[in-house]
Amino acid sequence: MTAPATPFLPLEGNEPPTFGIGSFESRPLVPSTAWLEGDTAHYSWTDVWFTNHIAQAVIGAILVIAFWLWMSHGQKIVPTKRHFIGEYLYDMLRNSVARDILGHDYKAYLPYVVSIFSFVFINNLFGQFFVFMFPTFSKIGFAWGLAILTWLLYNGVGIKKWGLLGYLKRMTIPQGVPVALLPMIIPLEILSNFIVRPVTLGLRLFANLFAGHLVILVFVLGGTWLMFVSEPVINKVAGALAMLLAFAIFALELLVGALQAYIFTVLTCQYVSSAIAEEH
Amino acid sequence: MTLLEGTGPLGPLLPEHPSEFIVGIVLFLIILAVVTKKVVPTFEATYAARADAIRGGIERADKAQAEAQAALEQYRHQLSEAKDEASKIREDAKNSAAQVQAEMRATAAAEASRIVHAGHAQVDAERAAARESLRRDVGGLATTLAEKIVGEALTDDARTQRTIDRFIADLDAAPQQV
Repeated sequence: MTAPATPFLPLEGNEPPTFGIGSFESRPLVPSTAWLEGDTAHYSWTDVWFTNHIAQAVIGAILVIAFWLWMSHGQKIVPTKRHFIGEYLYDMLRNSVARDILGHDYKAYLPYVVSIFSFVFINNLFGQFFVFMFPTFSKIGFAWGLAILTWLLYNGVGIKKWGLLGYLKRMTIPQGVPVALLPMIIPLEILSNFIVRPVTLGLRLFANLFAGHLVILVFVLGGTWLMFVSEPVINKVAGALAMLLAFAIFALELLVGALQAYIFTVLTCQYVSSAIAEEH
Repeated sequence: MTLLEGTGPLGPLLPEHPSEFIVGIVLFLIILAVVTKKVVPTFEATYAARADAIRGGIERADKAQAEAQAALEQYRHQLSEAKDEASKIREDAKNSAAQVQAEMRATAAAEASRIVHAGHAQVDAERAAARESLRRDVGGLATTLAEKIVGEALTDDARTQRTIDRFIADLDAAPQQV
């Protein structure tokens, strides 16, 4: 690709772009020393471990920890204004999510529920707020990480409660299914409970944020291109409209980000609940 | 080559670098550790304290109410006792007043009758004394008179005495001439 790059369309540049579509690519925070050997790229450790996306995930984690420590510090029987938001959030996760879905054993899973919701939520907010303007979980590696952890959690507690064989039996043979159907049901249940669950969990989170960020890019970059690069006046009007609509898309993305954090948490509880349930 | 063009058959569905995957897991585990150790216990402790405070408040209120009820009962009891006592005292006072009156009346009556008796006795004694002295005087006068008339000394006392007694008896037989 040799077309001259315009300032607004970094897609066409040869250099790795730093915004637009290029924002999906991690950039090392110190000058890269990567080199090509034939078709194989060799990265230095800073290219892999010290990138902008890793940094924003770390900052997100620090913010989550700081938020919860701040909220739990100096709690009183009568909550103060400062504690209100933390208690509200904690109440929601504790009572409406964990307790309602998990039943009487919910307290053991509260830390996991609180952590996963706040970590996903704050990283999703990064997509709409300055400094980062990029939702961390549209890098699929982070989403797979959390999906695997949830998979380990619900299988772990299931095996701990029922034993390996008991758990496998419970998860693969639903009650009341005729024996003749078992050859069909068992593979389906294995597929559904052990493969589809973690894959959809990770994919759902990733795809929502990835697509959301793409839509924002389309409206903002497309609007910018229509307004400043293309010639016809009608295009400039359409570009202005697209920029206005971008605000609505940002609002939508806020909703999607919060919703996906909630869904991830609820599904985690759901899977744990199905693994430890007495009957299913 | 951008990420969207794909680095392999799975395109953007594989992590660009495995570091994302590992860092994501490690960060989450750190958060989980802090939340498990610090945050959830603190929140749960506050909740427990809050529930305790509310329950304790209700208990305290119940206790206070029971105490107030007991005190009220006690006051009512004391009040009715006091009323009873007052009416008893009033009754006693009435009774003792009547008794005192009766005693005084009895004493007065006794005194009156004693005075009357004493008067009667005095009158009787005076009358007896008067009769005695009269008898003696009359006897002496009569004897003296008779001596003068008879002219002889009536020395025989026994005879004299008999004469006097006969005389007196005659006088008694005809009292209207005395």
